[in-house]
Amino acid sequence: MDIVGSLRRWLQQSIAYIDPPLLFITLAIMAVGVVTVFSASYDGNNRAASQVLNMGIALFSMWLVSRLPPQKMMRFAVPLYILGVILLVGVFLFGVKVNGARRWLSLGFTRIQPSEIMKIAMPLMLAWYFHKYEATLKFRHYIVAALILLIPFALIAKQPDLGTALLVGAAGFYVIFFAGLPWKVIIGLGAAGAAAAPFVWTVLHDYQRKRILTLLDPSSDPLGAGYHIIQSTIAIGSGGLLGKGYLNGTQTHLEFIPEKHTDFIFAVFSEEWGLIGNCFLIFLYTLLIGRGLMIAAAAPTLFTRLLAGAITLGFFTYAFINMGMVSGILPVVGVPLPFVSYGGTALVTLFIGIGMLMSIHTHRMLVKK
Amino acid sequence: MDDFHISESDLEIFRFRLGFTAVAVLVAFGILIGRFFWLQVLQHDYYKTRAEDNRISLVPIVPNRGVITDRNGVVLARSYSAFTLEITPSQVGDLEATIGALAEFIDIQPRDRKRFKRLMDEAKNFESIPIRTRLSDEEVARFTANRYRFPGVEVKARLFRQYPLGTVASHALGYIGRITDHDLEWIDEKDQEANYKGTEHIGKTGLEQRYEFELHGTTGYEEVEIDAGGHAIRSLKRIPPVSGNNLALTLDIKLQEITEKAFGDRRGALVAIDPSTGGILALVSTPTYDPNLFVDGITPDNWKELNDSPDKPMVNRALNGAYPPGSTFKPYMALAALEVGKRTPSQTIHDPGFFNFGNHQFRDDKKGGHGSVDMYKSIVQSCDTYYYMLANDMGIDNIARFMGSIGLGQRTGIDLNKDESGESKGVLPSPEWKKQRFKKPEQQKWYSGETISIGIGQGYNAYTPIQLAQAMATLANNGVMYRPHVVQYITETGTGNKKPIEPQPIRQLDWKPQHIEFIKRAMVGVNKEGTGARAFAGAPYESAGKTGTAQVFSLKGSQYKEHGMKKELRDHALFIAFAPVDKPRIAVAILVENGGFGAQSAAPIARMVFDYYLLGKVPGGPAGEDTSAAEEDSEEE
Repeated sequence: MDIVGSLRRWLQQSIAYIDPPLLFITLAIMAVGVVTVFSASYDGNNRAASQVLNMGIALFSMWLVSRLPPQKMMRFAVPLYILGVILLVGVFLFGVKVNGARRWLSLGFTRIQPSEIMKIAMPLMLAWYFHKYEATLKFRHYIVAALILLIPFALIAKQPDLGTALLVGAAGFYVIFFAGLPWKVIIGLGAAGAAAAPFVWTVLHDYQRKRILTLLDPSSDPLGAGYHIIQSTIAIGSGGLLGKGYLNGTQTHLEFIPEKHTDFIFAVFSEEWGLIGNCFLIFLYTLLIGRGLMIAAAAPTLFTRLLAGAITLGFFTYAFINMGMVSGILPVVGVPLPFVSYGGTALVTLFIGIGMLMSIHTHRMLVKK
Repeated sequence: MDDFHISESDLEIFRFRLGFTAVAVLVAFGILIGRFFWLQVLQHDYYKTRAEDNRISLVPIVPNRGVITDRNGVVLARSYSAFTLEITPSQVGDLEATIGALAEFIDIQPRDRKRFKRLMDEAKNFESIPIRTRLSDEEVARFTANRYRFPGVEVKARLFRQYPLGTVASHALGYIGRITDHDLEWIDEKDQEANYKGTEHIGKTGLEQRYEFELHGTTGYEEVEIDAGGHAIRSLKRIPPVSGNNLALTLDIKLQEITEKAFGDRRGALVAIDPSTGGILALVSTPTYDPNLFVDGITPDNWKELNDSPDKPMVNRALNGAYPPGSTFKPYMALAALEVGKRTPSQTIHDPGFFNFGNHQFRDDKKGGHGSVDMYKSIVQSCDTYYYMLANDMGIDNIARFMGSIGLGQRTGIDLNKDESGESKGVLPSPEWKKQRFKKPEQQKWYSGETISIGIGQGYNAYTPIQLAQAMATLANNGVMYRPHVVQYITETGTGNKKPIEPQPIRQLDWKPQHIEFIKRAMVGVNKEGTGARAFAGAPYESAGKTGTAQVFSLKGSQYKEHGMKKELRDHALFIAFAPVDKPRIAVAILVENGGFGAQSAAPIARMVFDYYLLGKVPGGPAGEDTSAAEEDSEEE
């Protein structure tokens, strides 16, 4: 009897910091993911089983992070950020070159991609920073915050990995935005950005320019950069209202969709499940973001509010950019579809974010007391 | 009060911005849905047509893998195309019945069925899987006549890898096998994904792995028009593949074969190097295995047999076995002593048969000792006491520095396997090494007593046969050290250009010529009047050598009796040698596991190797039968 009792206590203890709505929404999106990965890799090495294993690792990371109270999380902010910057500098100096970009750092036994750490470290650091100066916030603090944001951004953009740089930059910007950056400044920055666009154009790499040009007219380069977009829009469009049916996507299974289990997995999903499927997936993402924003609204401290808000908007950004690029309204940047694309590292990072949201929500009462 | 007010308004700002965000998210998702509606409903007919017109598929054509030949052009690995009978399981209703019907006019053995089952478990349903390989022309004709009866069965041409000499040189050649996830990462890293579309095999070890991207070739493409079901209708355009580059080795396969035979069923390794280039002439590790077993995926039975064998045939002992060098260490110790000035050639010691250090007695092999011993005698008779004293006088740092300079305890960087992890480092003992190797402080300290047995090549000393061969070649070559390499040149199939692998000097050791000469003379003495004399009796060329015996485990107090012991506990036999002495063409290191005395079991192998390489003498056969190859070599060098 005692064993049953203590088992139950242990179970209660271990799920005490899980937020059920968040868990069920992400599990639902991930179910869509595994089913689609199965279809996308059906004609080769099937990766669905391996993705389920990735999920297990990711869920465990989420569970661990969710048990970490926000006060403890704050202590990680500065060390994690500094570590991230050091590793990025390491990549800059000694990184391993893969496909012409220096993104990886070799540790001998394994390779790591430090920009992935920054996706977490950036919002954490900035949220911590604003929390620290909560009562005495002045304009100069926004300047420092901008520096905190720009250093890793520049290092990642230099690799070059513009996609990840934008995501990391966005995560940081959301914190600054939620911290109350005046609208005047935001609008001013937007105007300045538009004015600087011609200059930015000159510093972009050739392949980046090509991607933007291709977006404007995919048919200009049907066998090169435009091929991805042409084929993925054909996949989406030919899917129609109801889709071609599971495992029946001709674009997918006749190998017309490139990178179909990673960045372009949405084309696979969309071809087989149609507009109905797309709406369902977007509905799930809306639920996820809604829940995240609710957690942010209910968060008790500035740190948790900013962090929850930024993480949630991060999920939105990934989903929007990915679906936008696959359907041909945004340029092709290497951004996976969150919780759906195949890949262990990205999944773990996403779930650390989910774990943070859960921790913020389940520890809020303790803080108030 | 004021503070509270501020944070209250901050909260309002935050909540307002959250609301703003929520609206922005909904708008953005609305735009996406609008885009999807445009593509999937309004433009659906257009895209549907385009998807149906999307009928041109690129079918990869796998290139022919490069040929590997030895230095005389003997083919060691090649690819050939053969017809296979293949079944696509998803298109066949009753598999068993189909195979049964096929067996009526095509010979299908139980092992063919077994392999088919195994491949089917690994493959996907829609892939076609061979049920019979290497069909004869007659079988192809018979099947073609009956083809209408067998939907989902077809005759295809596939490429096969073959190692015509079977087990010979398998540790150098390596083998190819099916591509795994791990290999895919490697391909990604080299940015070769596109070129490996359609490729099923990849080098797994040895030369096949090291030169994978030379051997593979460039994949060609065929633009094929396909129907809605994915079936090819007709070919529109064909870009032929470019075969992989061919490798010509420095290896002399006849020498390799003779050496492997000389080992018989004994375990061991031999490395023969051309001292003036670093080219490997023979690289033996016994027992060997048949790389042909791996080509189509090794059967579980064969794999189990190879892996479970106590003789460990899969281990390349030449690169991965680390052994104490025993007395083969002594010539280097003597050279080190001359170079640092701790001994002169004529200085003598008295050997009573033991050396006392502290309260420990280090014994000599010879009871009663060798009497009065100078440096020449110490090498020719392999006197332990001389080297106990020498090691004590030199100290571990001097020893480690010198032995490090001749490459001991370091990877040679030979061109086998994908990266350096395919080669062991061995152990060059030094106080620094001990500090790294052990964790507990009391174990980390270097005791001067440990230096004593280092002097006779025992103790922590452990080196790979390739390191011992490289050191021998360096001494033979008067201190100029080359990186050992197996490939002599690469022939580009496209252009026929030969890319030679230039000899790569690693370092030039600044030894005094008279010191080198003295050590070489002493090693000549070994083969004339010392421990190697019996093996080299009557040799028409002048050779230099040194025998060695390495203890497998230490005998505490008892006498070593070879015959009374279990074979696994018997000492390892070693021999290092080079010839001819005035202009060395070959240097070898030989190790026979549990072979007992080096003079007895290792030196005769060296004699056979030299006799063949220098004289063209084939053991057991008439001498001079194969001299043509040897003569060609001498012209090249």
